Amino acid sequence: MLLQALAFYVFAAVTVASAAMVVVSRNPVYSVLFLILAFFNAAALFVLIGAEFIAMILVIVYVGAVAVLFLFVVMMLDINLAELREGFLKYLPVGALIGAVLLFEIFIGLGVVGSGSSTMTALDKAGAQVLAVDNTRAIGRVLYTQYFYLFQVAGIVLLVAMIGAIVLTLRTRPGVRRQKVGEQLYRPKGDAVSVVKVPTRGGV
Amino acid sequence: MTIGLEHYLAVAAILFTLGILGIFLNRKNVIVILMCVELMLLAVNINLVAFSIFQGNVVGQVFAMLVLTVAAAEAAIGLAILVVYFRNRGTIAVEDINAMKG
Amino acid sequence: MDLAIKLIVFLPLVAAALAGLFCRVIGDRPAQIVTCAALLIAAALSIFVFMRIGFGPADGKLVVVKLFSWIDSGTLDIAWSLRVDTLTAVMLIVVTGVSSMVHVYSVGYMEEDPSIPRFMSYLSLFTFFMLMLVTADNLVQLFFGWEGVGLASYLLIGFWYDKPSANAAAMKAFIVNRVGDFGFALGIFAVWMLSGSVGFEEIFGKAPQMAQMRIQFLGMDLPALETACLLLFVGAMGKSAQLGLHTWLPDAMEGPTPVSALIHAATMVTAGVFMVCRLSPLFELAPTALAVVTLIGAATAFFAATVGLTQFDNKRVVAYSTCSQLGYMFFACGVGAYSAAMFHLMTHAFFKALLFLGSGSVIHCLHHEQDMRKMGGVREKAPQTFVLMWVGTLALSGIGIPFILGNGLGFAGFYSKDIMLEASYGVHTTVGLIAFWLGVIAAFMTAFYSTRLMFMTFYGKYRGDHHTWDHAHESPAVMMIPLYVLGIGAAFSGLVAYEWFVGHDWHAFWGSSIAVKSTEEVLHHAHEVPLWVKLLPLVMAVSGIALSYYYYVVKTDLPARTVRTFPGLHALFYNKWYFDEIYEAVFVRPALAIGRVLWKKGDGAIIDGLGPDNIAARAQVMSGVLSRFQSGYLYHYAFVMLVGVAGLVTYFMLSAR
Repeated sequence: MLLQALAFYVFAAVTVASAAMVVVSRNPVYSVLFLILAFFNAAALFVLIGAEFIAMILVIVYVGAVAVLFLFVVMMLDINLAELREGFLKYLPVGALIGAVLLFEIFIGLGVVGSGSSTMTALDKAGAQVLAVDNTRAIGRVLYTQYFYLFQVAGIVLLVAMIGAIVLTLRTRPGVRRQKVGEQLYRPKGDAVSVVKVPTRGGV
Repeated sequence: MTIGLEHYLAVAAILFTLGILGIFLNRKNVIVILMCVELMLLAVNINLVAFSIFQGNVVGQVFAMLVLTVAAAEAAIGLAILVVYFRNRGTIAVEDINAMKG
Repeated sequence: MDLAIKLIVFLPLVAAALAGLFCRVIGDRPAQIVTCAALLIAAALSIFVFMRIGFGPADGKLVVVKLFSWIDSGTLDIAWSLRVDTLTAVMLIVVTGVSSMVHVYSVGYMEEDPSIPRFMSYLSLFTFFMLMLVTADNLVQLFFGWEGVGLASYLLIGFWYDKPSANAAAMKAFIVNRVGDFGFALGIFAVWMLSGSVGFEEIFGKAPQMAQMRIQFLGMDLPALETACLLLFVGAMGKSAQLGLHTWLPDAMEGPTPVSALIHAATMVTAGVFMVCRLSPLFELAPTALAVVTLIGAATAFFAATVGLTQFDNKRVVAYSTCSQLGYMFFACGVGAYSAAMFHLMTHAFFKALLFLGSGSVIHCLHHEQDMRKMGGVREKAPQTFVLMWVGTLALSGIGIPFILGNGLGFAGFYSKDIMLEASYGVHTTVGLIAFWLGVIAAFMTAFYSTRLMFMTFYGKYRGDHHTWDHAHESPAVMMIPLYVLGIGAAFSGLVAYEWFVGHDWHAFWGSSIAVKSTEEVLHHAHEVPLWVKLLPLVMAVSGIALSYYYYVVKTDLPARTVRTFPGLHALFYNKWYFDEIYEAVFVRPALAIGRVLWKKGDGAIIDGLGPDNIAARAQVMSGVLSRFQSGYLYHYAFVMLVGVAGLVTYFMLSAR
């Protein structure tokens, strides 16, 4: 139990710290790297709680795709190493205060601090549950049967996102020749072939 | 001490707050804003999974996966918009984006 | 008879309306003809009414013509009705007579003026209001006429409205009159409170009861009738330019000369005297008020005469003379000799109007020159005016031969002035004696300054501009005929009317139109005074004329030497005893300052500043503040949203507890 608690605290601390560093870092590349670190630690938290499928999905999709995408864009755009503008410090007190208030209220609402609502106390069970089946199988059983339509819709969302990303960033460069297949196929005979009377032993 | 539901919820809450603070405290560039959005979505995911595990209902994890999907799609589009914006403006400093000033 | 009365009162109104409203349609000459004709008809009818009422049977002394009801509200019932008794009939003669002469005179005097119809219309309008005043059957109708003549006076003084001095004088006249009117209105309210009515019949009937009542005012317990009479007298002070509210009369000379003759010599200023005589049944029961009236009248007579000694504008000299003679009339009322006051009112109307119109004739002759220092020897150029002005001056000074033909033989003022002074001596009260001596000294000064005016204007060498002298000529006939008519009045009206007004026939003549009992006593005493009292005014007048002759014809350097010897006294008299300056400092400037403070600070800063201007400024400021929310920065918007979310969550959390 102690090891579990310790592991939890370590992973949680690193997550929170790297999330803070995402915001505070000067170099945007560092920010992305810290984001990746946060994701990794969140995945570790998921493993700890018993949702290993979600954890792996997190790593594959978030880190492997989204964070890498971030990295590509950061590297592609010509971003100067911006110094910390003074606006940060000016708004920090007010922002921190609002954030603290919000955090405190979320804590109260969720029962982390104080008594919480009765629903929360009923839900508070010690430790992670041991399921009858492993996580992956459990998700699969539900996802492909009851929530099948949602699954398909999620796929369509991704398709649309892909099309949208391409449409937004597509640039037509001037001076680049393209094959217009339709025109090629519909070329009239008159444009393609012409009959030339060739004299004997004359050549073209 | 036993790690209960409220611990995970606390972590998620802190991550969420950090994401929010990051949106309006950052003065550098727009990419950090997008990253803070990802942080907030991560916090929501932690919440969903924690509730799901502690209630023994797997629907929460299914929902977390769908959230993941949408987050990925949204990150892609957001970055595409950012790239196009950069092409047109030449800068992604947050302080220069005030064309909506009324 | 009823028809005659209605025509007398309303013909001037019709004429005023025609001339005023249709002046562009009918033109100058028809406007003059309409107004003069209306007034002459009214004058003729007035003579008829006077003969019928004054000398008719004893039961026909009072005619009341009810026109229609005006206010009928609860216990207040006021009707428009015309009351004609002897008092009214005398005033009708005076008003219509002088007014018609002034109308005819104005045809000549104002012939070069661009707005003739307006002038004639205003003159007729004034006459209508004055007639309304004298034929009023109740206090409210009298007040209507009172206010109306004040209005007409304002319009006429400021007739040449492009002159700022005329505008200022018109405003001064109206405002000072207003102060008097305030007292008058309070008096009317008091009378109504005490008697429950404002009609004269009812008031006179209830007068004995009113004399016993007491009234609470400003925390003091006062005798009611005295208070009411004093308040009413304040109104008379304003209208008749008595000491204290007299400052408007000299400045009113800014108006054209016919206006001065009509309004400020014969009619409007005598409205106060008329009012006191009309209300004599009330005043008889308020001896304190009468004492005040006497003192103020005597003081005015003396004061105005001192100022008149020093003035150089010929119209101003006559104006101060008017003020002084009004003082005489008031102290005569004050000692109870109401009929003597009315007698002097009538004779004064004739000779004062004559003097004004004559001065106007001189001004017209010398092409609008009014300063006597620039006149002299005018009798060569205007001989008829010269003779008529002497008639007026002798009438004013009260010159005559006593004791022959029963009551003496003299000009009009001889009779009326003497009976007033005899009456004030005869009552043997302290205030009466004060009034007597002040009146005698004033008589001396009156003779002096009137003849000073004559000598400076008509005798000696001409001291003015020679170009004007070459063009000087006698006035045309249309201006001279009124002067002759008034001259006849000034010469003979005293002789003819003595017996009716103050002599043995007075009771048959006056009927019950003025307070009977006391008048009988007073007149009786007046006829019984010692010989020296009867001769003293004449002696004073003759010596005044002699001294003036010595000063201005024989030794012409004496005036300047006298001024040098008594510089302080001369300055006091010349500057009208500094009344204008005192009023300016005590009333006018503080009032203007208060007005300015209320305007700039009260109205401007507080009401406008907190009201419209403030709201507009706040709107501008708020919009400036609110527009800062639309900064265009996304993170600002996100921050605001976050604050909103935090607020909402807090609210719900706290309300769930």
